[in-house]
Amino acid sequence: MKQPIKLKGCIAILAAAGFAAVAHADPDEDQLTVNGEIEMVTEVDAPAHMENLDTIYSGWRFRSDETQAFQMDDFDNPAMIFVEAAAETWDIADGFEGKSCSSCHNDIESMAGVRAVYPKWSETAGEVRTLEHQINDCRENRMGAEKWKYTGGDMAAMVGLISSVSRGLPINVAIDGPAQETWEKGKEIYYTRYGQLELSCANCHEDSYGMMIRADHLSQGQINGFPTYRLKNTKLNSVHARFKGCVRDTRAHTFKPGGPEFIALELYVASRANGLSVEGPSVRN
Amino acid sequence: MASGVKPRVKVPKSAAAGDTITIKTLISHKMESGQRKDDDGNLIPRSIINRFTCEFNGEMVIDVTLEPAISTNPYFQFDALVPEAGEFKFTWYDDDGSVYDTAKKIAVS
Repeated sequence: MKQPIKLKGCIAILAAAGFAAVAHADPDEDQLTVNGEIEMVTEVDAPAHMENLDTIYSGWRFRSDETQAFQMDDFDNPAMIFVEAAAETWDIADGFEGKSCSSCHNDIESMAGVRAVYPKWSETAGEVRTLEHQINDCRENRMGAEKWKYTGGDMAAMVGLISSVSRGLPINVAIDGPAQETWEKGKEIYYTRYGQLELSCANCHEDSYGMMIRADHLSQGQINGFPTYRLKNTKLNSVHARFKGCVRDTRAHTFKPGGPEFIALELYVASRANGLSVEGPSVRN
Repeated sequence: MASGVKPRVKVPKSAAAGDTITIKTLISHKMESGQRKDDDGNLIPRSIINRFTCEFNGEMVIDVTLEPAISTNPYFQFDALVPEAGEFKFTWYDDDGSVYDTAKKIAVS
């Protein structure tokens, strides 16, 4: 039993040495300003609860200049096509109550600041809720409409719209009080190794950010830019869809998008970005 | 008419006379090529934007023929000379006969 373990250790050290020599891709020094007016904080001291990192960086800083440029102007940002469609949906009545989003929430600008504090403890529900849950709660209970698929296109676009009016504001999710239990569960998931590859979120996004994972840069896995337009699939991607993709890539059975595990993980990962600007909808590889 | 079609353009609000400006345009359109088949094996009919034009004060700036291989949401970026104040008019022609247009004024400072 002893020998194979030793061998495995050797390979790991070799691999690590190889990576350090050739594959560094640290965050660059660029500044993100959107539309020439929204100044984004893409680098800031890590929140007090983080033990292993001193500085947190937005994923934008790990992208090439060309990809970065997409996000600096709303006309060039392909995510805005989806956001504009959601802005129309905002005013369209749906469901048997005959209400639209704007019937209660008025102008979309009234949602400024909302994205920055989610996921958030809901007093009425007695649980931590994501923005997606609140949207579906509105649809089901206030509008009498069909719920949207958690990671579907309509949902991602609406989250993108709500996020877009909070751009530039600092992420500030609460991790104490009633949310603490969920937050700690999320932290445990973050540091648990999953799948045949036995990888935790931290192995890539905390221990190895700034290196290459195959042909792509490893960022710190911050979610301040979600929903994210990815060049690889040309659509808006939600946080839980990204989580699912990551867990799948460890060759594990993934958790369910919208389920309790991913809600806890989203709260924890969001809290790791406390202090960075809301960027969503962002553009990434 | 194809659904979800919406033209967008970005033109500077003002320029110096004789300046060259950059114009960006995008129209959201599915650009169905006519080559694809649906689940039952039937050909999905072609439905694309086949022509795009930009005029400045009635003078043609650019006239583009679009072919079926062009992707969803065609985007054009081009430069134009601004000799005087006026209006850029943008027109997209759909296979189904629909015409979408939008215009932007530009001042000369």
